[in-house]
Amino acid sequence: MTSHLEARYHRQRVPLLWWARRRSYAMFMLRELSSAFVALFVVELLFLIRAVGRGPAAYEGYLDALAHPAMIVVNVVAVAFVLLHAVTFANLTPRAMVVKVRGRRVPSRAVLAGVYFGWLVVTAVLAWLVVG
Amino acid sequence: MAHPPGRSTPEPFVWLMFSAGGVVAALVLPVLLVLFGLAIPLGWVDAPSHAHLLAVLRNPLTKLALIGICGLALVHAAHRLRFTVEHGLQLRRHDGIIAAVCYGGALVGTAAAAYFLLATIRV
Repeated sequence: MTSHLEARYHRQRVPLLWWARRRSYAMFMLRELSSAFVALFVVELLFLIRAVGRGPAAYEGYLDALAHPAMIVVNVVAVAFVLLHAVTFANLTPRAMVVKVRGRRVPSRAVLAGVYFGWLVVTAVLAWLVVG
Repeated sequence: MAHPPGRSTPEPFVWLMFSAGGVVAALVLPVLLVLFGLAIPLGWVDAPSHAHLLAVLRNPLTKLALIGICGLALVHAAHRLRFTVEHGLQLRRHDGIIAAVCYGGALVGTAAAAYFLLATIRV
């Protein structure tokens, strides 16, 4: 029998790994976790900037560190998560904002095409800036 | 979260930074990560010379853009990780300390970006 006190403070227990129970919940969790890899890559970028500032030897040393097999594995996982972030965030755009031209709503497919086109342009410019 | 009317909270501002950071991270980070994380280390693309990268980083526009990109992407990640940890591991009662660690980390990272770009890379 439950006492009054227990009944009053009873709360539905949620299992710790509630998000592992369903595919859609697990996808939600993976998408949220992508932000950890966004942060990780920003840290890698900070180390790159620091190495460039320290001179050619430090820069070469950092390139060697990035070529270490363990770093490659980490970065393969990071690429997967950062792309997951990019795709899920881009696909939100038509829902997050309504684009109107001459009072008419632009269909979400067109908005999405614009987003991906912009993404391609930014990617091309940055690639040219870095290795061009 | 419910707030009494007339009392302002920093929540809307943090959400604004969150979505700006999400856009920046989605636009800018994939190409840089693929280049420096895979293409250059695996030899698909030749590594840019030190002189070239230094010249790019010396440009004040690059400095400004990189500080903005690092800061916004870190705030985005901090805001998202805060709720992921709190909901995923049911640690909501520790919101204060988790939020402090997340946003504090973002602040430290942004300060590091500003320091490396402004103090160690001279024009």
